[in-house]
Amino acid sequence: MITLDKLTKIFDTPNGSITAADHISMEVPTGEICVLLGPSGCGKTTTLKMVNRIIPATSGRVLIHGEDTSQMNTVDLRRNIGYVIQQIGLFPNMTIEDNISVVPKLLGWSAEKYKKRALELLDLVALDPAIFLKRYPSELSGGQQQRVGVIRALAADPKVMLMDEPFGAIDPINREVIQDEFLKMQKELQKTILFVSHDIDEAVKMGDKIAIFREGKLEQYAAPDDLLAHPANDFIAGFVGNDRTLKRLQLVTAGEVMQQNPSMVTLDQPLDEALQLMESRDLEAVTVVNREQKPIGMVRREIAQVHRGSCRDHHDGLPTVIYQDDDLRSVVSRLYRVDASWLPVVDGEGYLQGVITQRGITHHVGATYRTQA
Amino acid sequence: MDKTALNRYFRNIFLFLIFCFGVWAERTGYIEEMAYYQEDVIYLAGEHLYLTLVSGGLAVLTGVPLGIYLSRPKMAQRAEASMQLLNIGGTIPTLALLALAMSVLGIGNNAAIFGLWVATLLPIVRNTFTGLRSVPAHMKEAARGMGMTPGQMLRQVELPNSLFVIMAGIRTALAINIGTAPLAFLIGGTSLGELIFTGIAVDDQAMMLAGAITTALLAVVIDFALGLLTMAFVSRGVNPLRQRTA
Repeated sequence: MITLDKLTKIFDTPNGSITAADHISMEVPTGEICVLLGPSGCGKTTTLKMVNRIIPATSGRVLIHGEDTSQMNTVDLRRNIGYVIQQIGLFPNMTIEDNISVVPKLLGWSAEKYKKRALELLDLVALDPAIFLKRYPSELSGGQQQRVGVIRALAADPKVMLMDEPFGAIDPINREVIQDEFLKMQKELQKTILFVSHDIDEAVKMGDKIAIFREGKLEQYAAPDDLLAHPANDFIAGFVGNDRTLKRLQLVTAGEVMQQNPSMVTLDQPLDEALQLMESRDLEAVTVVNREQKPIGMVRREIAQVHRGSCRDHHDGLPTVIYQDDDLRSVVSRLYRVDASWLPVVDGEGYLQGVITQRGITHHVGATYRTQA
Repeated sequence: MDKTALNRYFRNIFLFLIFCFGVWAERTGYIEEMAYYQEDVIYLAGEHLYLTLVSGGLAVLTGVPLGIYLSRPKMAQRAEASMQLLNIGGTIPTLALLALAMSVLGIGNNAAIFGLWVATLLPIVRNTFTGLRSVPAHMKEAARGMGMTPGQMLRQVELPNSLFVIMAGIRTALAINIGTAPLAFLIGGTSLGELIFTGIAVDDQAMMLAGAITTALLAVVIDFALGLLTMAFVSRGVNPLRQRTA
């Protein structure tokens, strides 16, 4: 747990003093990522750097797991906090192995132990140690360098990490990949992380909590969905964007919103049974499944009304299916693309689990406003 | 034409010129005449090297620490002024410097070593200072953020990353030093200048050339040795001559 208690930084400049961070108080629970978000010059980076004293605080306290860090020696404090910066900051004179081993060496680990650790960490980010261990940073691509930057910060297994726009200098495609990789790692590692970003999409994706800063003040500190659904003021509403409800969609998976126990018919069932089912449940169409309960098509109500026979002869193909783990943003995008109001949802193996409808989605998104009213 | 092809092209021209020079020297009988001074050349080259290595060594031992000291953050305010002072010192003609040294330390090798030391100091301090100052701030921040002490930062990050520039400064300095050492003869130091100046005075071209060519050879050998040291000590990751990119 990281606790900031009235943390304040005042810079004295020739043009008078500037308050870069003004009584920032917040708490990041153990194992969570807190994204510090805001326009440039809002104090987010200053706040981050006061935690490991790259910038000394003017007043206020930083507590890590309840312990006041002002009592700790600066060098010891920093060795126990993982630090990743935007420019990566790998040391070009050292091999990848030496770069990863910097903090373990500072902490006095045995050579055997830190060499083993370097191997483990390279495996973690899918960089082949046989190739990369003895390379130099200049021989790596930007994305590879940033992966090494992240695992270097993880080397001594710190409980707390500070990340200053860690993926800011990477091209958008690689950034997505590295973000996903990092989230996967974090699921297992459960580090407590302060993460600076100026990108609302990144914040929504990475953050368990988001702290929005403006002109040195903490404006709102909330979970991403809360922040997007209920921005505390106009500044925040403007910063998160007019499409903030669309952004909320990526926080929810199809599995959470689908209707379970979906209506289905098999290929061999007669068409009038399908019609009865649709009429009783007031549906416009029903999913057709094969013997393994995998969706293979659908029967429309208007077709069932005018034809006779089995579903085998009168079903249409499915434009696409949705997987349970897909986020709603991609679900909506696909619904729009195929001009459908509903689609079947399957699990990883392809078995039908439910259906997702446009109404179901809008209902889910609007729920937070109804409970308020 | 790529860079290596261009290098090979110039090297071939250079080798050809040396060959022509050799042919000319042999035809005119200079080689035979110069061989006459063989004993002097060997002895004086040793003395010449002694002057260079002592004064140059002293310059490295003082110049590098001075450069490091000036590059420290606490010196930021005064560093530029100090560098300007050194630059002005660098504009004093070497001959004048030797004359000044002689007037204080008397004639002989000591005055020569002092003069050469001063002449050699500037490029070493300047390159050390600029090299260290040009280590990117974010790299130093990463080092600091990982919990390095200032000493560890200097040894593990700052010096290794500026070593190529520092070595370049030392190479320049020693080239100047060897080229200047013949002047030590004028204030009573022992160096190959003895052959050169005497050769000029008695109008003996072979004698003069024996001194001059040997001086040039010494410079090449020392520069080559320092080049090898650079290759050995500068990490492959920061040596621009050994760069492989991803």
